Amino acid sequence: MAVNPAQSSDIVAETNGSAAAAAPPSKPKWTKVKSASAAQSPWLGAAMFAPAVLYLAAIIGGPFVLAVMYAFSDVRIGSTSMHYVGLENFRSIIQSPTFRTSIENSFIFTFVSQVIVLVGSTILAFALEKKFRGRGFFRFLILLPWVAPISLGAIGWKWILDSLYSVINWVLVAIHLYKPYSAPMWLGEPHLAMASVILVQSWRLLPFSTVILLAGLTAIPKEIPEAAAIDGAGFWRTLFQVNIPMMLPIINVAVLFGIIFTFTDMTVVYILTAGGPFDSTQVLPSYAYFTGILGSDLAAGAAVSLFLVPVLVAIAYFMLRVAHRAEVV
Amino acid sequence: MAVVQTRNLTKVFKQGEQGAVNNVNLEGREGEFLVFLGPSGSGKTTLLRMIAGLETPTDGEILIGGRVVNDLSPRERRIAMVFQSYALYPHLTVYKNIVFPLKAQKVPRNTHKEKVEWAASLLGINHLLQRKPRELSGGERQRVALARAIVREPSVFLLDEPLSNLDAKLRASAREELERFHRRIGTTTIYVTHDQVEAMAMGDRVVVLHKGYVRQIGTPTEVYDDPADTFVATFLGSPPMNLIEDTDVIVGFRPEHFRVSEAITDTHKVPLKFHVENIEYLGADWILSGILMGGRFDGKKAVSRLLFGHEFEIGKTYDFAVPERRLKFFDRSTEKKVEARALAWQ
Repeated sequence: MAVNPAQSSDIVAETNGSAAAAAPPSKPKWTKVKSASAAQSPWLGAAMFAPAVLYLAAIIGGPFVLAVMYAFSDVRIGSTSMHYVGLENFRSIIQSPTFRTSIENSFIFTFVSQVIVLVGSTILAFALEKKFRGRGFFRFLILLPWVAPISLGAIGWKWILDSLYSVINWVLVAIHLYKPYSAPMWLGEPHLAMASVILVQSWRLLPFSTVILLAGLTAIPKEIPEAAAIDGAGFWRTLFQVNIPMMLPIINVAVLFGIIFTFTDMTVVYILTAGGPFDSTQVLPSYAYFTGILGSDLAAGAAVSLFLVPVLVAIAYFMLRVAHRAEVV
Repeated sequence: MAVVQTRNLTKVFKQGEQGAVNNVNLEGREGEFLVFLGPSGSGKTTLLRMIAGLETPTDGEILIGGRVVNDLSPRERRIAMVFQSYALYPHLTVYKNIVFPLKAQKVPRNTHKEKVEWAASLLGINHLLQRKPRELSGGERQRVALARAIVREPSVFLLDEPLSNLDAKLRASAREELERFHRRIGTTTIYVTHDQVEAMAMGDRVVVLHKGYVRQIGTPTEVYDDPADTFVATFLGSPPMNLIEDTDVIVGFRPEHFRVSEAITDTHKVPLKFHVENIEYLGADWILSGILMGGRFDGKKAVSRLLFGHEFEIGKTYDFAVPERRLKFFDRSTEKKVEARALAWQ
């Protein structure tokens, strides 16, 4: 990427140079000479590129290297010594039942929320694409959960699902579905807690996915669904054989982003349940945090977080492939 | 096959604004090639889309095969349409594009292959069946769109400017191909275009539209030789008909009928002195523009189209004339055609 423009500007500079040489002397030469030297300088390109490299190195590269180092050591918060211990950390966390629950939960949490988000955002995108009164306002409302800070949203949900003050339970009692004090403990029962964090995470990601799909949907030329209508296709056939296949590349993007945002995120889990009850909502990032930061065992925490890497590498690979294919088409 | 009729068909997009299509009454004929001709914004595409069922009429009726179809969906109207952009399904191969209407209309599965091959061979695209639309040229895409339209043997064929995306050279050959194609399958066809050459060349009849109103319906000869109003007179023909305002009428004559006086054998001809101001050589013909001198039309502008123009020079005045039977008369206020009348020319 950085090489190509430099090469092409080299060529431009050369032709400019020869043109300047061939031109009559009355023409002001200095503009061309100046632009040529500026384009040829390797420093300008490097200087423009440097901030991105520094940013990646400082924010991503450094911590990643540290995490790998820690994972093979016995470093703890507060201690100044660090020794190489080989695979000891990995051996101990693999034996931990909490770790195995976290891995399982991470996949369930990610998979189920992505299915909900995908179905929901497809429906929303199709609904919001149609013209109706107040469409702009609805689009704004749908976008709100994405714009609001995630911690505030999650704290709001914590109240909504609270065992004592839950408005949901208040309504359930009011319409006599449940007796007072026997209403469901949304965050206190393992399955309900998992369902709750999944739903809140879906609520959080839905707008983002909807906006991406909406963009993909509006990019489909109007004539194509019209041609399908004339060809005799009904709603479902047009949806599944024309619109969705045409949106596939952009759906891929939405899903891959969604997986990354969910698989590596612990905000919702941390605020709503802190991994409980009995680790039933513990996911890899939250487990890494509880072990490494709150439990002071930096080495084990780093080892846990390294288990995210294979999944993220696979996703990165697919994203690059999608991006590449989009370029070719 | 079936004929298309419209009764007082009207489409108003925004209430209070002028309609895109106003009170259109059409009476199609079995198997004919009907052309909707008009400039952009004339309502021709809206009219076609209403017939297709893609647009709901504000008022009036559409009949296909004698049956009112206003409330029928596009699929129930048994029509096929080729879009200006062709609207091929980009994610499907040519074969799957063509088979799509058969699947959608639940045509028995065992006949699909045969029908697709029939349509493809009719358009000479058998070798492209496994390609994707993006791997095709403009002309090939157009053929795929046509094949997709004919594969289920529709009762009416609607074509929305199907040639406008082709380059000039390809357009001429594609036009000829379309004409042959229509002669061969004989399906009632409605063709929308803004190109008068296409309309004249292909249409059995031409519907000239302007601002949502039908200005004239007739064969190409009728609309060209006997335009119903000044709009039709100037929209068809290049350069357009000369129109000269005179008391309460507008007098019109075609550039090709405005020639050197000696070359006109008609006994009744109107002599006009023509002061040439510009000469354009277009290869096959010459376009002379200038002003008329003396007599009734002194100082009015006129254009002449000639097959031979070598002898003329800019700035000189020549004796030209128009055969009297070639003169058209339009009312000056309504701009509609009126009966020919005798005028004192000098």
